[in-house]
Amino acid sequence: MGKWSRRAFITTGIAAGGVVVFGVAIRRGDRSGIVGDLIADPGDAIFDIWLKISPDNTVTAIVPHAEMGQGVHTTLAMMLADELDADWARLEVVEAPSDKEFANYALARGYAAGDVDFPAWLIDTVDGFFFRATQAMGLQITGGSTSVRTTGQFAMRVTGAAARSALLHAAADEWQVPVEELGARDSVISHAASQRTATYASFAAAAARLRLPAKPRLKSAEQFRIMGTSPQRGDIPAKVDGSAMFGIDTRLPGMKYAAVKASPVFGGTVRSYDAASVQDLPGVRKVIDLDAAVAVVADGYWQAKRALDQLPIEFDDAGNAGWEQGDIFKQFAQDLDASASAGDEETDLETGDATAVLAAAEHVLEAEYRVPFLAHATMEPMNCTAWVHDDECELWLGTQNPLGFAKDAAEAIDFDADKVTVHNQYLGGGFGRRAFSDVAVQAARVAAEVPYPVKLVWSREEDTRHDHYRQASISRFRGGLDAAGNTLAWHNHYVNKYDPEEAPHIPYAIDNQRIVYTVSKTHVPWGFWRSVDHSLHAFFTESFIDELAVAAGRDPYEYRRELLMNQPRFLAVLDLAATKAGWGEALPENIGRGISIHRSFGTIVAEVVDVEVVDGEVSVQRVVCAVDAGFAMHPDGMAAQMESGIAYGMTAALYGEISIRRGAVAQSNFHDYPMLRIDKAPVVETHIINSGESLGGAGEPGTPPIAPALTNAIYDATGIRIRELPIRLHDLGKPNRRETDVA
Amino acid sequence: MIPLKINGKEHAVDVDPTTPLLWVIRDYVGLTGTKFGCGIAQCGACTVHLNGSPIRSCVTPVQVAAEQEITTIEGLGDAQQGLHPLQQAWIDEQVPQCGYCQSGQIMSAAALLETNTSPSDADIDRAMAGIVCRCGTYPRIRKGIKRAAIALKTEPASGG
Ligand code: FES
Ligand code: FES
Repeated sequence: MGKWSRRAFITTGIAAGGVVVFGVAIRRGDRSGIVGDLIADPGDAIFDIWLKISPDNTVTAIVPHAEMGQGVHTTLAMMLADELDADWARLEVVEAPSDKEFANYALARGYAAGDVDFPAWLIDTVDGFFFRATQAMGLQITGGSTSVRTTGQFAMRVTGAAARSALLHAAADEWQVPVEELGARDSVISHAASQRTATYASFAAAAARLRLPAKPRLKSAEQFRIMGTSPQRGDIPAKVDGSAMFGIDTRLPGMKYAAVKASPVFGGTVRSYDAASVQDLPGVRKVIDLDAAVAVVADGYWQAKRALDQLPIEFDDAGNAGWEQGDIFKQFAQDLDASASAGDEETDLETGDATAVLAAAEHVLEAEYRVPFLAHATMEPMNCTAWVHDDECELWLGTQNPLGFAKDAAEAIDFDADKVTVHNQYLGGGFGRRAFSDVAVQAARVAAEVPYPVKLVWSREEDTRHDHYRQASISRFRGGLDAAGNTLAWHNHYVNKYDPEEAPHIPYAIDNQRIVYTVSKTHVPWGFWRSVDHSLHAFFTESFIDELAVAAGRDPYEYRRELLMNQPRFLAVLDLAATKAGWGEALPENIGRGISIHRSFGTIVAEVVDVEVVDGEVSVQRVVCAVDAGFAMHPDGMAAQMESGIAYGMTAALYGEISIRRGAVAQSNFHDYPMLRIDKAPVVETHIINSGESLGGAGEPGTPPIAPALTNAIYDATGIRIRELPIRLHDLGKPNRRETDVA
Repeated sequence: MIPLKINGKEHAVDVDPTTPLLWVIRDYVGLTGTKFGCGIAQCGACTVHLNGSPIRSCVTPVQVAAEQEITTIEGLGDAQQGLHPLQQAWIDEQVPQCGYCQSGQIMSAAALLETNTSPSDADIDRAMAGIVCRCGTYPRIRKGIKRAAIALKTEPASGG
């Protein structure tokens, strides 16, 4: 906890109505690179969590995290309640406001001291907060998998334990008994010897005057009462009767609707359009030039959309209209070739002397893999409702980064950032897409031109064509084997690097490794996509290790085992998945089985896929998943995240392809960017290991291993090695058992 | 004015008769439980019942639905009037993640259970393949439907 406590402050105060508040905040460290753009200014203190105890003994925690469906509020509440020994039935978690002022240290202190009214519950972010928190603690991770491991571990638990300790000390003072003799359970303190009991609330005011321990002692796993169980998620009831409010469900008095069309070619701008031609259509209010896009505002969304569809718009293509997908891959290949011969690659990792060992190796296996761009395709298309009034701008939407959105919107309409308020709603899927503020900027600009609130909604076509895409890539491998089939060297050269740094690393004991990359820019915008770079590198590395196993004449599971002998955590996860899947049993005809293992965001996941391939048709029968995230706070939630991550990765592996045609995205909607459906969804079995190691994420780590486990299974079934995704591009109708490209 | 009957309540809306029912339900009637996902009958987020059968409201002109019985997720049941067995099963199995697709999932499942009281996996696949869930809740949707089917057999439906 050392790093944590140096940059944190824990404070208490008594607010109106006898409410006692305990607060913990983290001060953010330096920012850098991509994440820096998404967060607040250097030196800003970061609002973290507040805990209040009301006179009726209810406990409320205020957390800076959006609920995207990962059950984060429930899990965070569990962590707090357990350390606090609070009454689970009377504990509530609410989202903190995203008001930038609220993130300010001075204001936070004022609030804690009771100077400021409790604002309406809105929120801060998963990603936004997470970046700050992890940076504050000197960690190097990105993505949304970390609310539990950062806020939960470093704030909820600490706050709960600190508050509990202060409450016990206050009780000990009042009852004049040693604090060690006191017990706490369900928000009640008891002293067995004197048979006294009293509620937390009755000691809260006294506790608030005590100095809170900076490093309270946390429970050990054996002492957990709530962590590690699976209570029902609090957000679910509203999601079964239509009452959950997503951004797109925002309704304001006098609200109008906007449809928008941006230049199909990335980088393009609006050259001209004929507003007069749609001005008289029913309901149309205004046509607005947004530089790179045109918006039509109307009384109803359908009216806006219809008018927009009829509006002739000419775009300038910024010289990017020549790009075809084939050119992009060609450029990647050329840039790889050029930097390989010039020797100017960027280095990820270099151990031993892979180049020399490969030159002398008995067998060298070479392979090249590629993956396409991918869109996020959140189920709820991008949308934002904006209202500019009284020198203020209010935004309603689901976002992973409210403070960043407010900042970007403010800049776009030339407002002070503190004049923009984001009201965060449920997110109809995030997956990284809702960390990008483009739709909020558009909505703010439209709203700045009209005197009423406007709900701007992207069509699915707009959403598919104007994403921040998972990057396309090529990755080349050379593996060196000796005559006995031992793996001596691993050489990997790939194009483009985003985040996290360690995504291309392998856990295997191969002495000579060289992992390098070359930057090859295109005009297609990139973004965080569930598990970010892990989504491609796990496919590359776990496919190639499978190829090496085949080349060495070994069973892919046994081969991995041997190379993981010094990695007991990996080994345990691999063994569990293999055992539960029945690895080694004879399989029926047409069924293949594949395995893979990958660590991302601190969590190790192994997956075993059983696939049936008949007449070229792939049918995934079952996925067995083993996961070690250190400790599963909410095992059912962990299983749900594995199921979800697997479906997301499987969708991409089977079908996912965004390709560029004439500078623009060729796909547009679910008919040409297909999604996994229930009739193709496999049974998923999740097995959890609580190793007690530091906590890892849950939302993303299920995704990376599925593509290679699936293509390895297809190889097992057909002898066809898939080196380019998606799988549907391949003709699997002709079984082919050759493929040992050993030179 | 187009007369509509939604969840047993009469409405009259002044819209172009070709406007998709989805936008009328959401923007004019103000029931936002029915979702927009694709607009081209590919995802099922907009599924409502028209005289008890599931339809894609994003491609159904409002005039087609005039004076017919329309049911949306809000009319299926809620905590006050009693949850539909599917809604209860969805809570028991902890089905939703982001939740955005779930109105469509539940409306489709409700129509399935109307005609098939003990659906097999294959029946579920057939009836539910039109409804996309980007969060991959399919294994739990299957369990939820089976659980609700059992509940429906042991006690008659309420709230639906
Ligand atoms: S919105 Fe109607 S099917 Fe997708
Ligand atoms: S629960 Fe998110 S799309 Fe289905």
